[in-house]
Amino acid sequence: MIRRAPRSLGEHAPILFPALMLVVFFVIPFGLMIAVSVARRIPGGFYEPDLVLANYERFLSAFFGGVLSFSLELAALVAVVAVGIGFPFTYRLARLPRAAQVRWLVFLLSILSLSEVIIGFAWSTLLSRTAGITNLLVAVGLMAEPQSLSPSFGALLAGMVYQAFPYTVLVLYPALARLDPALVEASRTLGASPVKAFFTVVVPSQRNTIVATLIMAFVFALGCYLLPQLLGRPQHWTLSVLITDQAIYQSNMPFAAAMAVFLVLVSLALVGLSLLFGRKEEA
Amino acid sequence: MSALVLDGLTKRYGGFTAVHGASLRIPHGQFVCLLGPSGCGKTTLLRMIAGLEEPSGGQLLIDDRDITATPAHKRDFGMVFQSLALFPHLSAGENIAYPLRIRGVPADERRRKADSLLELVRLPGMADRPVSRLSGGQRQRVAIARALALEPKLFLLDEPLSALDAKLREAMQIELKQLQRRLGITTIVVTHDQREAMTMADLVVVMSEGRIRQAAPPMEVYRRPADAFVADFIGMTNLLEGEVTAPGRASVPGGELVLDGLPPHGRALLSVRPEEVLLHPATASGGQGSGQGAVANRLAGTLSFVRDLGASVEFRIDVSGREIVALTRPQDRPAVEPGAAVIVEIPAEACVVLPPEGGTAGERPS
Repeated sequence: MIRRAPRSLGEHAPILFPALMLVVFFVIPFGLMIAVSVARRIPGGFYEPDLVLANYERFLSAFFGGVLSFSLELAALVAVVAVGIGFPFTYRLARLPRAAQVRWLVFLLSILSLSEVIIGFAWSTLLSRTAGITNLLVAVGLMAEPQSLSPSFGALLAGMVYQAFPYTVLVLYPALARLDPALVEASRTLGASPVKAFFTVVVPSQRNTIVATLIMAFVFALGCYLLPQLLGRPQHWTLSVLITDQAIYQSNMPFAAAMAVFLVLVSLALVGLSLLFGRKEEA
Repeated sequence: MSALVLDGLTKRYGGFTAVHGASLRIPHGQFVCLLGPSGCGKTTLLRMIAGLEEPSGGQLLIDDRDITATPAHKRDFGMVFQSLALFPHLSAGENIAYPLRIRGVPADERRRKADSLLELVRLPGMADRPVSRLSGGQRQRVAIARALALEPKLFLLDEPLSALDAKLREAMQIELKQLQRRLGITTIVVTHDQREAMTMADLVVVMSEGRIRQAAPPMEVYRRPADAFVADFIGMTNLLEGEVTAPGRASVPGGELVLDGLPPHGRALLSVRPEEVLLHPATASGGQGSGQGAVANRLAGTLSFVRDLGASVEFRIDVSGREIVALTRPQDRPAVEPGAAVIVEIPAEACVVLPPEGGTAGERPS
């Protein structure tokens, strides 16, 4: 293995292909988006190249500020709930017999094959008044009459956590499968009950993994634009929904582009901050 | 006064029995080594004592109190794991103070205790060092200090020194033994290294195939092995199969032995340590060498291989198709070369009569 920094072009070769892909599929589209975001909109038509900042000024309003902060809070909440459920789940999963682990992982992977639309409609049916789970609660006598649970914030949260959960487990799984079982046993012999051992040894020793998974789930939830429309009320619409709305229904590409650029920058900044925080803690 | 009593402890995994009814009495302050080849059940037995495995049968008593069903975190035993299991997110001092933190001991007292334990394992001033920046030997000491932090009733170690290189391991064995003697704590160490067991133990428990073969002080295990497995596993030995021909006489390949303790008739299995075997040149032993097997306890053979090990010289002698190993000090080295005819002398007092193989082997010696 070459340990020194690569010098000649040939030594750089292995990274050329991924670099090229990154340029073609990320840098160029993002550059185009920035260009569009400062273009001038032609009402009723398309847009022409220009350098106006009007699109950015528009979301300095209270409305867009509110939507942005709601989007960030929702994504953060989804990430925390998904990891909060996913971490203990994955910890138990990694300790099951191998055959059972494979079954669970195949099941979780199969959830990934479901599109956001199907997940959204499935949850709205499940939480509806006519066919939803409240009918079950009525049947067992826990509820007087069936009621609709969707659209609501809870329904939106449930749907988004459901969607983020398999990713969360798949990101946590390798680290938790590698966790030395002797760590927990050691803490047991040192006087910790199983629950205490989990919180004083398993969770803290996996802090970096947990931070990485939170960021992944957060960014994933931030890009979600169908579920807020299917399971939430208009006040639960996120910035992603507004971007879609502006780009597709209002034909206001420059404004949509400006919001998208802003969202990307905010996410990058948050991810950067949490990484910085993580590194400082470690030092 | 008996500290720890194992009464028929058994562990079964499905159809496989890892430990068959282990019974043992360990008095206070003893240093015990569970010794055996890998897969003999010694680690399983230790884990049952620690409370990390639930016994399928039998009882575990400490000071006449039954703790078979007590969970690991309520046993107050300190344990050092083979992987050491130091918590990677904590510093050396925090690792040692972890059991105190679990019990809600205030921070400044924890700190004081951790410092004094680091002093005890000769790592003063290392409290703030992250575990990842400690050497193998230092980690070892931190793991030992952590296990001792609660002043446990029982100190358990699962192959604690296996990750260290040979020199450091020897030094740690001696240090561990001195530490145990100073603290007077009942200690049980699992090891597959018989030198390690001989160095440290007051009581060596030899295990094989899930059974305790012999539990005795190291020199007794060496001098008076209970069966062929123990004789062969502890150090090097010559196993001789013989046929009892008359009371106190047994014929073995290459000659006849006269000794006490033989069964009245039938087959006999003898163990002779190489350093007790005497070797003479065939011509130089007072005219006795010519007649093959003419004199009791002297066997005629051919020297097949000589190996100079520095502190000793090892001879391999072919006696009627069986190989006998003899070990002498360099200054006592007989003047023989490979290929020479030699006389192997086996003193009667050097022979240990073992139960015949496949017979009563595995049953506890009475």
